[in-house]
Amino acid sequence: MCPERTADIELRLLVEGIYLKYSYDFRDYSGASLKRRVLQALSRFECESISHLQARVLHDPQLFSELLQFLTIPVSEMFRDPTYYQALREHVIPVLKTYPSLKVWIAGCSTGEEVFSMAILLKEEGLLDRTLIYATDINPRSLEKARRGVFPLEHVRKYTESYQQSGGVRAFSDYYTAAYEGALFDKNLIANVTFADHSLATDSVFSETHFISCRNVLIYFNKRLQDRAFGLFYESLCHRGFLGLGSKESLDFSSYADHFEPVVKKERVFRRL
Amino acid sequence: MPLTDRLPKLPPRRIDAVVIGASAGGLQALGVVLGGLPSGFRMPIAVVIHVPEGQASKLAAIFQARLKLHVMEAEDKAPLMPGTLYFASPGYHLLIEQDRTLSLSQEERVHYSRPSIDVLFESAADVFGEHLCGVLLTGANEDGATGLRAIHRAGGLTVVQDPEEALVSTMPEAALELFIPDFVLPVKGIHTLLVELERNNA
Ligand SMILES: C[S@@+](CC[C@H](N)C(=O)[O-])C[C@H]1O[C@@H](n2cnc3c(N)ncnc32)[C@H](O)[C@@H]1O
Repeated sequence: MCPERTADIELRLLVEGIYLKYSYDFRDYSGASLKRRVLQALSRFECESISHLQARVLHDPQLFSELLQFLTIPVSEMFRDPTYYQALREHVIPVLKTYPSLKVWIAGCSTGEEVFSMAILLKEEGLLDRTLIYATDINPRSLEKARRGVFPLEHVRKYTESYQQSGGVRAFSDYYTAAYEGALFDKNLIANVTFADHSLATDSVFSETHFISCRNVLIYFNKRLQDRAFGLFYESLCHRGFLGLGSKESLDFSSYADHFEPVVKKERVFRRL
Repeated sequence: MPLTDRLPKLPPRRIDAVVIGASAGGLQALGVVLGGLPSGFRMPIAVVIHVPEGQASKLAAIFQARLKLHVMEAEDKAPLMPGTLYFASPGYHLLIEQDRTLSLSQEERVHYSRPSIDVLFESAADVFGEHLCGVLLTGANEDGATGLRAIHRAGGLTVVQDPEEALVSTMPEAALELFIPDFVLPVKGIHTLLVELERNNA
């Protein structure tokens, strides 16, 4: 092994420091992307080295919450990958309809776009009233935005298109009112949603669920941490419960591969065995 | 100068991987660079071509039909395998990890592009250092220039398509403005270079 390079040593120390001081655990995130984001944060916070950033972050919780915006990737879209939602309508919803009450977990919900999309889908399928949704993330600022349910108007045209492609049958505009700050989504959609701070890296299972959607979160984890997350999902899901992943995420390289079976492989919809 | 005269400049070191970036006109250029690489070709190749987001990529299928290499769309956590050509997926950055597995990310676009060539090149430079060959082809955008320079700074081998030949020369020219690469070649020459590098590895 060649000796570790200085920047890599600094990165490990930063991440360790953050864990010890703030209990956010980035130690098992995919290194390449994490490093990239930390280097971006350096120029943004005008730090000459990762060590410099580390010293400042340890002494300044405010700066840490700014850094968290770099370390988490707070980007999302409504009805992202419409075919995923189509697959849910066709293959998951019919089974969910057989349960008298439902619990759905949206893990890594970011700013809420996925939550509202799911709520719209459940409403149209007549399931929303008997469903409890847990929407979790580690970024408090994102959770706050999710609770507000206001999304930029300039994205609405794209969301409308995606909604229609996903199999949506109503006028998308039924679900929001256009206002100065953006599109205000109907608060009734999230009446049964519990937004909560929960980390797939450090927290444990909090409830039994029938369906978990965790999209574009696991790509930021290394294999070990992915396995931890899959372990939580396995534990939380009821027998034959469903798991939906992001369009480029898979169980193939995980030790949980044989604990799940694909339902719609292309759309990354799985079922617990 | 004919290519053969320059090949003695080939580095006396192993090249473990090749990364290629292209944009406008890239499909055709890439076809020439990779066309006819023998099935025993071992260096893994990772490619970013700018394609519209939100559209399923047909790149892997197109090239699989034409090439003897194993071709696939890059999957998160997949190990980088010899003799395999990987295409970055529309909408996702492609990165290479220290353990030589692939990883994907959806952070912001770079030069309006996701996947971005810079992101792939910079992460690959960090992993492979001097054992990397980076190739930048035709394109109407400046993505890839700083990434290729990162490969250069890490001691890797850098190749830029001859801007005179490139369908759109913005991308190669952007790189040439930043630093002097090891080779400036037409696509046919880049193909020969890859074959020579492979031989050099043996
Ligand atoms: C790219 S967003 C995905 C948003 C949404 N699921 C989608 O697909 O549009 C990734 C989210 O994962 C969250 N995240 C990162 N690490 C996490 C962890 N350990 N536990 C839970 N969420 C996490 C980030 O805060 C961020 O909001």
